[in-house]
Amino acid sequence: MPRDKCPAGEENRADVKRKGGIKWNKYLIAGLCMTGLIVLLAIVGIFWTPYSTTSMSASERFAAPSLRHFFGTDNFGRDIFSRVMKGIGTTILISTLVVAMSGTAGILVGALTGYFGGVVDEVVMRVTDAINGFPSILLALVVISVMGTGQRNLVISLGIVFMPSFIRIVRSEFIRLRDADYISRARLMGVGRIRILFVHILPNIFSTFWVSVMIGFNNAILAESGMSYLGIGVQPPQASLGKMLSDAQGYLTTAPWYALAPGLTIVWIVLGFSLLSEGVQRLSK
Amino acid sequence: MKYLSKKIVTLIMTLFVVSAAAFIAFQIIPGDVVTSILGTEATPEREAQLREELGLNDPPVARYFRWAGGVLMGDLGISYRYAKNMNEMMPVAELIGDKLPVTLSLAAISLVLIVAVSIPLGVLWARSRNKVLDAALGVITQTTMAIPSFFLGIIVTYLFGMVFKCFVPGGYVSYEKDIKGFLFYLLFPALAIALPKAAMTARFLRGSLLTELRADYVRTARSKGCGERRVMYGHVLRNAMMPVITFLGMIIAEIVAGSIVVEQVFSLPGIGRLLISSISTRDLPVVEILILYITFVVIFVYFLVDILYRVVDPRISGK
Repeated sequence: MPRDKCPAGEENRADVKRKGGIKWNKYLIAGLCMTGLIVLLAIVGIFWTPYSTTSMSASERFAAPSLRHFFGTDNFGRDIFSRVMKGIGTTILISTLVVAMSGTAGILVGALTGYFGGVVDEVVMRVTDAINGFPSILLALVVISVMGTGQRNLVISLGIVFMPSFIRIVRSEFIRLRDADYISRARLMGVGRIRILFVHILPNIFSTFWVSVMIGFNNAILAESGMSYLGIGVQPPQASLGKMLSDAQGYLTTAPWYALAPGLTIVWIVLGFSLLSEGVQRLSK
Repeated sequence: MKYLSKKIVTLIMTLFVVSAAAFIAFQIIPGDVVTSILGTEATPEREAQLREELGLNDPPVARYFRWAGGVLMGDLGISYRYAKNMNEMMPVAELIGDKLPVTLSLAAISLVLIVAVSIPLGVLWARSRNKVLDAALGVITQTTMAIPSFFLGIIVTYLFGMVFKCFVPGGYVSYEKDIKGFLFYLLFPALAIALPKAAMTARFLRGSLLTELRADYVRTARSKGCGERRVMYGHVLRNAMMPVITFLGMIIAEIVAGSIVVEQVFSLPGIGRLLISSISTRDLPVVEILILYITFVVIFVYFLVDILYRVVDPRISGK
């Protein structure tokens, strides 16, 4: 029987076809454009901003948005656009660190508990259940109150808070795959446990994992800006979107753009990443 | 009922673990309580006296059980920061007492708003044959979901407080003085909490409705001559509400978390603001009690949702 006539072969060809080119959908395109702009602004913001983020100008206090100052100026006459650029950088840096930390822990713990099961698995699941049911910002507040404020502690506390969701997703994927035929064959061939875990199974869960990374990234952005807004996240000399919002609240009548600029930026980032994750989800369907 | 008793045991166990964890966590915090109350200038005698008064000389396990026992008996301990007057310290119970109704009312109004907005919206959306409306609702809900509640709070303050002048921002009235004014003022922060969650719930309900509409019993109902309205409200909605109830139960935790932040935006004297200020001033007895309390509320709501689930759908009985 020629190979291309057997059903399995056709399936393989369909797979190859799909891998050849990404099937673009509107969510993916919109999400990529929105997040691309944000990442671009953040990277440019590291090296260059239109104005210094700290230089004050008494003559230009509360200037409305114009060509000179895209987003206007604040109560000290500082350029809001430049500060938003820096703020995006801070937010993205913190969220990336948080997701990297909780994602790595999620892969390690989820892989081991999912593959081996047993008592440890039971205990870990009960703990993650308990943490998951808890409002995330409250838990982060508790960790912060134990460790003290500051950027490093913010990353650690949010990292701990987001760990359970990653552990659960990775674990369920490992449980799904651990009894798959190709895994038992690999085991029969004498492949070591570590190699099975991280070379044979891990690459196959990435499509699910990336979606949860993006959702986690969004939650991290919301939590970071929320905590900075409350004054227990990023501390003053550093620009942060949440902190800018709480500063701007006192000047709502005189300078509504001061609050709108960082607020709409947060909405833009979150919307961009949720569109992106929706697009990736549709991609794998 | 075996199922119920098992659930109650789990509830108590969880509370025990959380209370122990909260207690231990605050034991390992650097910094001495006595120094933080009296300052560094106090005499050693006064320090020793206070240490004895607060019972800090006992072993931690004994202190935990005394604290937990006190909480069970209604004695929530004393605040390190707030004082009633020069000689008397502020009991945590009194401190929390008048703040609790504010947060609970805020959460309740938010929940009512979420249900009132999301269910009609979800039904309308699932029924719409209009492509433009369908797409518009998709964009609107997706965008609303992306707005953090504190930013929405600021927008609400600006729009309703400063442009339309519906309410006076910061003009909070106590529920003891004017219950109507109190509820009216809470409507705006509740809006800030509810809108993103309502958008989420509406999307969820729509998905659930669309799945149900493809079920066999819908075709049967239609072929028996059931009108669209009857099919939707008499048959489909009830079944589609099942996952939505679970979803709403999960959202309650988010509402509580949202109210912590939104209280700050609207300067409401609720437990959220107390929690934030207690964390920044390291008033640990207050923080411990608040955490325990919020945990209790969240777990208790999950418990209620579980029971409600069984009431709505009698097919589910203890598995």
